[in-house]
Amino acid sequence: MLKDSDRIFKNLYGFHDWRLKAARARGAWDGTKAMVEKGHEAIIEEVKASGLRGRGGAGFPTGLKWSFMPKQSDGRPSYLVINADESEPGTCKDRDIMRHDPHLLIEGALLASFAMRAHVSYIYIRGEFIREREVLQAAIDEAYDAKLIGKNNANGWDFDLYLHHGAGAYICGEETALLESLEGKKGMPRLKPPFPANVGLYGAPTTVNNVESIAVVPDILRRGATWFAALGKPNNTGTKLFCLSGHVNTPCNVEEEMGVELRELIDRHAGGVRGGWDNLLAVIPGGSSVPCIPASQCDNLPMDFDSLRDLKSGLGTAAVIVMDKSTDMIRAIARLSYFYKHESCGQCTPCREGTGWMWRVLERMAKGQAEKSEIDMLLNVSYQVEGHTICALGDAAAWPVQGLIRHFRHVIEERIDAQATKPLAPSVPVAAE
Amino acid sequence: MSVRRLAADQPESFAFTPENLDWAKDQLKKYPQGREASAVLPLLWRAQEQCGGWLPEPALRYIADLLDMAYIRIYEIATFYTMFNLAPVGRYYVQLCGTTPCWLRGANALKDTCRKLIGEPGHVTKDGTFSWTEVECLGACVNAPIVQINKDYYEDLTPESLEEILVALREGRKVKPGPQDGRHSSEPAGGPATLIAQGLYAEAPAPREGEEAEFALVDDAAKNPGAAASEREAAVPKPPLRDRSGRRPK
Repeated sequence: MLKDSDRIFKNLYGFHDWRLKAARARGAWDGTKAMVEKGHEAIIEEVKASGLRGRGGAGFPTGLKWSFMPKQSDGRPSYLVINADESEPGTCKDRDIMRHDPHLLIEGALLASFAMRAHVSYIYIRGEFIREREVLQAAIDEAYDAKLIGKNNANGWDFDLYLHHGAGAYICGEETALLESLEGKKGMPRLKPPFPANVGLYGAPTTVNNVESIAVVPDILRRGATWFAALGKPNNTGTKLFCLSGHVNTPCNVEEEMGVELRELIDRHAGGVRGGWDNLLAVIPGGSSVPCIPASQCDNLPMDFDSLRDLKSGLGTAAVIVMDKSTDMIRAIARLSYFYKHESCGQCTPCREGTGWMWRVLERMAKGQAEKSEIDMLLNVSYQVEGHTICALGDAAAWPVQGLIRHFRHVIEERIDAQATKPLAPSVPVAAE
Repeated sequence: MSVRRLAADQPESFAFTPENLDWAKDQLKKYPQGREASAVLPLLWRAQEQCGGWLPEPALRYIADLLDMAYIRIYEIATFYTMFNLAPVGRYYVQLCGTTPCWLRGANALKDTCRKLIGEPGHVTKDGTFSWTEVECLGACVNAPIVQINKDYYEDLTPESLEEILVALREGRKVKPGPQDGRHSSEPAGGPATLIAQGLYAEAPAPREGEEAEFALVDDAAKNPGAAASEREAAVPKPPLRDRSGRRPK
C-alpha cells in the first residue's frame, strides 16, 4: 500500500479544513515562487521527467502536451483551461479535490499556466457541482486576497484564474466541446486539427487539462520528478485517485499507487466485493466508457494504463464500477447505452443515430426479445459508430457494448433461448373457450 | 440527444432584479472584451434561479439582448443543456441519478419512492412543493444512490431515508445534505485505511474559534463547506453567491 506520506491529497475526505491556512500547513503554496523562478522550460521538463499522464481518461503525457504550446506569442494570449466537467459515470474524484483540497488545484493552475506562458486560466466546472463551485470560488478569492495569484502577486507571474460553470452536458468534458461551451455556444466538439494548442479558446493557443493532472503538479515539483516517477511502474508512474463504486461493501475514493492490483484496491479500501471475491461478476475499470472485464481476468490485475489496454479495456478515469453475480449485465450496459444516447450532442450521424439504436436493441435483448443474429449485427453497428465521429463519444458509446458481447455473449444467448421457450404473454388474445 | 421544447404557458416578461443585474455585469468582466457571450450559461442559470427553477421564454430573450446574441443562439443553448428547465418545477426539484453506478445500488427503488410521494416524473405537486426527474450521472458515484435537491446532494440513500427527507422538506423541517448513512464524505464507511499515519498533520493547527468567519462565503447556504455537510442549511433558493472575479482590476 502507498505510504501516507506519499499521498498528495491529504485532505481527500474533507476531515480537515480546506481553507488557505490549513492547506498551507499541509504543504500547499510552499516554495511556489522558487519553482516559478526555475523558468518555463524547467517546469515542463520536470513534469515530463515525472512521467505524469493525463488523469482525465486518455492518459496523454502531460508534459508533452504542455510543450506543444507556443514559446513565442504571435500577439494572441495563451490559455490554460482546466476541465472540471467531471461527468463520466463512476467518476467522482475531481469533486473531492475541488471541495476538500482546492488550493492544490489553484497552485497547480498557476504553475501550469506559468510553464505554458499563460496569464489567464479558466476552470470549467460541471453545473451540478454547486457546493463545490462555492468552495472553489471562495478558495480562489482567498488566493487573490493573499496575493498568491492575480496581478503583481507574490509568486512573480501575473495570473488570473476564473471559475466558469456548465449546465449539465456530459459532452462538454470533451476538450473542444468544452471550449465551445466556454465561448457561449452549444457544446459540440470541433474538428481537429487544428488542435487547441494552435487554435483553442477564442482562437488562441489553449491547453485543456483535467483537474487531477493539474492538482498533482505542485507536489511533483516540490518533491521532484524522481519521487513521482519512482511510484507506480515505468510509463505508468505516480499516484492516482481511484473511485470504487457499485457492489462493494464500502464504496470510497482512495489515492493509490498506479499499478496497484485491483483485488488489493477492492479488498483493502472498499471492504471487498459484496458477498466475497467469488461473488464478483465483472468490473468496469475506468469509468463507463471502457469495456468491462469479467471476473476471470480480475485476479492479479494491475490497475494501470498499459495493463488494462492489453486486456482491451482501459484505465480511463480509474473509476472502478464493481458488479456482483446478482447483476443483470445486459441491463447494466443497456443503462449505459441510454446514457450515451441521452448525452450525444447530435452533431455526427453515426453517434446520434447509433447510440439510440444500440440502446433500443439492448433493451430488447435484456428481455430476451431478440434474434441471436442480432448480436453480431449489434457488434457490427458498434464498430461502425466507433472511430467514425468527430469526438470520442462515439467510441465511448461503442466500447461498453463491445465489452458486453465479448465477455457475456452467452448471457444474451441464454436469455433469448429462455424467452423463446416461454409461453406467449397473456396479453396475446386466445380463442374463446 | 434529448428533445426539449419550450413550455406552452409563458409569462409576459422578465427582467433581472437590480441585484442580479449587478452580479451579471460583474460576470461579464471575467471574459475578454467582445467575448461576453461566454457568460451565457452562468447568466441563464441565474435567470432560472430567479424564476424559481425554470427558464421562461422572455428570460431567454432578455439574456440574448443583454449579451447581444441572436435569439436563436439562446434557444439552442437552453434546449441543449439539460440543467435548464423549460417548464416550471417544484420548489424542491428532485433530480434522481439513474445511471449504472446508482442503478447498481438501488436507484430504481428510489424512483418508486418519488412516484409514491410526488407522482410521475415532470409532474409538479398541487401545492407546488415537489417535482422530480431522472437525470444522468451526477458524479458522486461512491456515495450512490444519490439525488440532488436544488443545490444539495443527498447521498447514500435508501428508500426510507429519501422518504424521510421528502417528508421533512414538505413539513418545512431541516434536513441534512450529504451522506445519509453517517459517512462524512467519500471515505469508506467505518473510517478510511489511509491518511491515518502518525504525524501526517503534525504541523496543521486546529482551526481556532472565530477563524472560520475570516474566509466565510457570502452565500449562507455554503457558509461552511469544508466542514460536515450537516452544518449547512436545507435546500431553499438563496440570493446570488457573489464572487469577486469581476471586481478585480484587469
